[in-house]
Amino acid sequence: MSKPMSKSVAKSMPKGSTAPRLFSQKLERWLPQIVVSPLFALSLVFVYGFIAWTVYISFTKSGVMPNYTLEGFSQYERLWATPRWHVALSNLLVFSVLFIGFCLVIGILLAILLDQRIRIEGVIRTIYLYPMALSFIVTGTVWKWILNPGLGIERLMRQAGFENFTFDWLVNSDFAIYTVVIAGVWQSSGYAMALFLAGLRSVDDEVLKAAAIDGAGAFRTYFSIVLPMMRPVFLSTVIILAHLAIKSFDLVVALTGGGPGYATDMPATFMYSFAFQRSELGVAASSAVVMLVTIIAIIVPYLYSELRGTRK
Amino acid sequence: MRRRQQIGIVRRRGIGQSIQRVFLFALLGLFCLYYLAPLIVMVSNSLKSLEEIRMGTLISLPRDVTFEAWGKAWNAACVGVRCDGLEPYIWNSVFMVVPAVAISTFLGALNGYALTKWRFRGADIIFALILFGAFIPFQVILLPMARTLGLLGLAGTIPGLILVHTVYGLAFTTLFFRNFFIGVSDGIVQAAQVDGAGFFGIFFRIVLPMSLPAIVVTVIWQFTQIWNDFLFGIAFTVGDSNPVTVALNNVVNTSTGVKEYNVDMAAAIIAALPTLAVYVIAGAYFVRGLSAGAVKG
Repeated sequence: MSKPMSKSVAKSMPKGSTAPRLFSQKLERWLPQIVVSPLFALSLVFVYGFIAWTVYISFTKSGVMPNYTLEGFSQYERLWATPRWHVALSNLLVFSVLFIGFCLVIGILLAILLDQRIRIEGVIRTIYLYPMALSFIVTGTVWKWILNPGLGIERLMRQAGFENFTFDWLVNSDFAIYTVVIAGVWQSSGYAMALFLAGLRSVDDEVLKAAAIDGAGAFRTYFSIVLPMMRPVFLSTVIILAHLAIKSFDLVVALTGGGPGYATDMPATFMYSFAFQRSELGVAASSAVVMLVTIIAIIVPYLYSELRGTRK
Repeated sequence: MRRRQQIGIVRRRGIGQSIQRVFLFALLGLFCLYYLAPLIVMVSNSLKSLEEIRMGTLISLPRDVTFEAWGKAWNAACVGVRCDGLEPYIWNSVFMVVPAVAISTFLGALNGYALTKWRFRGADIIFALILFGAFIPFQVILLPMARTLGLLGLAGTIPGLILVHTVYGLAFTTLFFRNFFIGVSDGIVQAAQVDGAGFFGIFFRIVLPMSLPAIVVTVIWQFTQIWNDFLFGIAFTVGDSNPVTVALNNVVNTSTGVKEYNVDMAAAIIAALPTLAVYVIAGAYFVRGLSAGAVKG
């Protein structure tokens, strides 16, 4: 498989018949490369070229307009001197930990529950997973309503007779970030469930039978035998969720608009705001580079091991 | 997903077993409610009049079902200063999503085919380099992309958005088709080659027809991603060329006049309907795309 097949086929034919190599035959031989090249070039320019441009800009004096004079790390110094950036970073940390944690716990729980030979499993799975088909803007819109103190849960509880019930996280700058977690977990925990369920299904039945014969209860079987076997699934789920968390932009915009003030800003919204609203290109570029480096630190080792594992 | 055939972990064991089953179903039901509640709230409140929303509660069902809010969300709600509803923006999204999905899927198929069935030197490295594009935070390309669209004269246009989605969707579509073609026997291609078929002949007459499952998964994935995109929409379009997600966000955040929550909810459902419909109709393929997104090579 590793050898180009066109070569091996050509070799197997009698020499004489292919002696005068025609131009079209040569072209045919190089066609795969000719087809891939422009697409690869596209990726080189739009991914790597653009990243290089952004990295370069992050080391220049660029303000409202790009300025190509290099200026060292001053944009990064400016970035780290911005209180709003620190808010964004700590929000990202809080959000990622809670978002990933809750998605994992709910995902594993639901996957185990669904693994108990449920007849209507298909229907339930469809219900658990449908939020993934929605736009984060739709999710944000509906949760904004549910979490709004004057309209949603708080009003509902007060109408039900709990006059002092307060649930104002959405408009409380100390707690607003948790509303982003609530909506994010609602949207993505079904995804974690699907990944775990696929993992559970790939565990060999023989292992389960052996455990049952040894007298291990259902609980013990899952926690000491099945879940440890699913380490790769854990890893990929955490990576996917972390990736979602770092890129989260739409949900914040739709749910809180980054507010109150900039209390729920995240790196992604920070970058957008500095690039397109405040026109501080240098700071925006440096924040984007920080995001990229974070993702590379997570993704590249993972991709490397995944791709190496599947190479034949 | 395959159903477990043999003895699972839960064994049937009389009363204790039944209680366990009841508990199991109660928990599953509770979670169904958790996931469905927002959708129910959305639908039920979109069918109420504004008066009823003010009087009633979040979870009360509509007494007088009215589709007024739906009509308004469709063609009269204010998006910024323009009050034509979501309809024009739905069309923007359609005109954006159809070509972007078609082009990126076709190119991904061609790419995946060339990279797996005609493995030339460096094919693996090229694939790895292309794949990386699927994982970058798009913030890192926003600024140069905005300038490039400006230079191409495509700033703020639907064709510009099609270009952006095609280019950045290519990494995913290539991944999907590569993973599919790796499982396809090389013998088929070799046999066709001996019969004298060339690169494109084999692609169009043999490989493409047999890769229907991969095409469905890719089209669904790309459709969902591009329809639901917000970042590119808000960064690269203005006003009249906004896709529906951006328009929805504007409807909800329009601060002028009376806040019409029923219209917001109806607008949210309208914006979500296409992807929801695809999910309900082709759920299995959707799930397959999701797990392929986990780079299970």
